[in-house]
Amino acid sequence: MSAVEANGSDDLLVASNLRKEFGGLVAVNNVTFTVPRGKVISLIGPNGAGKTTFFNMLTGVYKPTGGTITFLGEDVTGKPPHVVTGRGVGRTFQNIRLFQNMTALENVMVGMHARMKANLFNSIIRTPFVRREEKAARDRARELLDYTGLRRVSHEMAKNLPYGDQRRLEVARALATDPQLLLLDEPTAGMNPQESAEFTSFVSNLREERGLTVLMIEHDMRVVMGVSDRVSVLDYGEKIAEGSPREVQRNERVIEAYLGKAAVEDMKRQGLS
Amino acid sequence: MAEVAGTVPREAEQIGLRNQLRSRWKALPEQNRMGISIGVEIALAILLYFVDHSLAVAVLVISGIYWIRRMPAFPWRLGAEALMTILFLVFGPRSFGILLAIAFALFWVPDRYRRFTMPLAALVLAVLYPFYQTKMFTVPVFGVWPDIATGVYMLVFVMMAVGLNIVVGYAGLLDLGYVAFYATGAYTAAWFASLQFPHTTWHFGAVGITPDLPGIHVTIWILLLLAGVITAIFGILIGLPTLRLRGDYLAIVTLGFGEILPQIARNGDDLFGTGINLTNGPNGITPLDSMGFGHTLSHATGGFLPANFLQCCNAKVLGHQIESTDIFFWVAIGLLLVTVFCSMRLQFSRLGRAWIAIREDETAAAAMGIPLMRTKTWAYASGAFFGGVAGAYYAVFKSATFPGDFFFNISVFILCMVILGGMGNITGVIVGAAFLAYLNQEGLANTGSWINTNIHIGSHHPNIDVPLYASGIYGVIILVVMLFRPEGLIPSRRRAAELHEGVHDEPLYDSAHAGAEA
Repeated sequence: MSAVEANGSDDLLVASNLRKEFGGLVAVNNVTFTVPRGKVISLIGPNGAGKTTFFNMLTGVYKPTGGTITFLGEDVTGKPPHVVTGRGVGRTFQNIRLFQNMTALENVMVGMHARMKANLFNSIIRTPFVRREEKAARDRARELLDYTGLRRVSHEMAKNLPYGDQRRLEVARALATDPQLLLLDEPTAGMNPQESAEFTSFVSNLREERGLTVLMIEHDMRVVMGVSDRVSVLDYGEKIAEGSPREVQRNERVIEAYLGKAAVEDMKRQGLS
Repeated sequence: MAEVAGTVPREAEQIGLRNQLRSRWKALPEQNRMGISIGVEIALAILLYFVDHSLAVAVLVISGIYWIRRMPAFPWRLGAEALMTILFLVFGPRSFGILLAIAFALFWVPDRYRRFTMPLAALVLAVLYPFYQTKMFTVPVFGVWPDIATGVYMLVFVMMAVGLNIVVGYAGLLDLGYVAFYATGAYTAAWFASLQFPHTTWHFGAVGITPDLPGIHVTIWILLLLAGVITAIFGILIGLPTLRLRGDYLAIVTLGFGEILPQIARNGDDLFGTGINLTNGPNGITPLDSMGFGHTLSHATGGFLPANFLQCCNAKVLGHQIESTDIFFWVAIGLLLVTVFCSMRLQFSRLGRAWIAIREDETAAAAMGIPLMRTKTWAYASGAFFGGVAGAYYAVFKSATFPGDFFFNISVFILCMVILGGMGNITGVIVGAAFLAYLNQEGLANTGSWINTNIHIGSHHPNIDVPLYASGIYGVIILVVMLFRPEGLIPSRRRAAELHEGVHDEPLYDSAHAGAEA
């Protein structure tokens, strides 16, 4: 924290010149990207633009080929996922990756792993400390399930939950890691418009009630426009635009990336006529 | 619409011969099903009567119990149970009647208490086993009840299976070299409680040796712990390079370690040509010191705890002459209890949850803040600990350790126990391990002699040496289990679901980064 203040910046996360190559393919090409504290940032781009790769580098799942990642003023480049999570980055996955054969409650409790201290030896003895910690974890897991509206299914196996509940459970599990920055990878994929709208207000609440900073990859423009303070656009691994939702919406390169050159020319012609 | 209905795919229950037969069977009226079943059972009993009378009785008893359990409790079930018990108590074998009475009584306990009464009853029966073993009836096919030495063997292997279950069942790491831990434990015991190092003389609490005997002699109680700790450290050392591998790769590397260790034991009488004799080569290390509670403790308890297991026991309790093997048997039960206790505590702890999470989805587990390498290494170390203790205890019991005891087939054997019983479920693993260990030690030989006496074609009696086919028989058992019940005999709910539906664990990592730790 003090490092941040010393820097005089209010950026929670700074990625500079981040680069990832898979063999000859450049998936992310020298992207510089900041996430200011307390904001909701959206990352958009056509399929294959490198958004998820970018996410995976931020959370330590992939090691960047080049560039640095700074979180809370500390260098976390190439640190393994559990360390990044320990520092305060929680995430969800594009294709839901819950622990299928654990209950919802257990899933959330696994999320608390990094915040708990019980070890092999005192777990066997089950010292008063371990008892207290387990109880606290259980209570907090219940509270998180309440918060995400999953209380009634807390003892269901994750795989038996309906799709929407699975998505929410992923968020609950990510919240259990006690993050400062929450990364959501296509959280509304597969949701119907009403569910998406509910989710939009859920994300706004996260920021307002929990003081979380949110970075999300999202395809649903209604969600993006609804909650984002800033939108960044990736295409072919490069950042092609950044700004408020309105600005990005009108950006020529963005339209081109999504709809092709012809569309841009078409629009220009329409604008002229 | 009618056409559409005709093309609706058949329900899953209709696919396959087995499922078709099953659904047709279920479609029959209850009464018919019962009639057919009982008819078949009686026919089978009559058929088997010509092979072996007791087998026919066994079939009738088993089907009888099956039907009794389905009767309304009062007065039918109670009456039938009482009748059956009394029949056996009067006409014999009486031991079976008593066993039946105990079993029936246990099932009258209400469901919610059963999870306490069942293990408790099993424990009491096990502890009392030396007192009634010789009085037990002869089981059809399997013959007499296992003797106490076999009991010790079974308990030791159950302990190892429970240890391996932590690695394979909880954390999902396929370990094909568990025998390495067994060997490490056994050799640790041998080094610290024998004449193996004649140039040093160091005694610490050992019993049954003269004070000036050369070699290192540490009391077995400390040695068991020491063997566990050393084996756990060894497990960590093996784990550090191997545990960053996934699935099949890990299995192959552990297989390698399982092969390397017996070779070291075999060739360790002249380590790297330096003349250091570490393992005494193919001759093995023997004898090992005896185990005992020491004179102080023995006197304090008025001789209840024997000072030395090998020179104990002139007491006759309940008409049974207590022997040193009995003491080893009881201590083994104690060790197993500790193992099971630790294993259960770990299962429902922060670490246990992390193990299951890793088994289910490594990538997600790491993203939830679980350090993969460290957590897997803990699984390995705890599995190794119990393997080491069990190995040391068995070496002390046999008073010897030979490199020939630690072949690859033992690793597979222990793995079979875990798979047969039900990965991840302690009760299942205990039952599976006890059964396979019994088969290996006595069961197969008994079955063989039963086959050779009772099965004959005309006057031609076969002469099959069944234990010779042990590996093949275990292979078939595992094949059948994997085909029809991959979750094992008594599965854990979670594991059963995984094995039927698969886990979601495609790697998302760079291979170079897979095991990186900060």
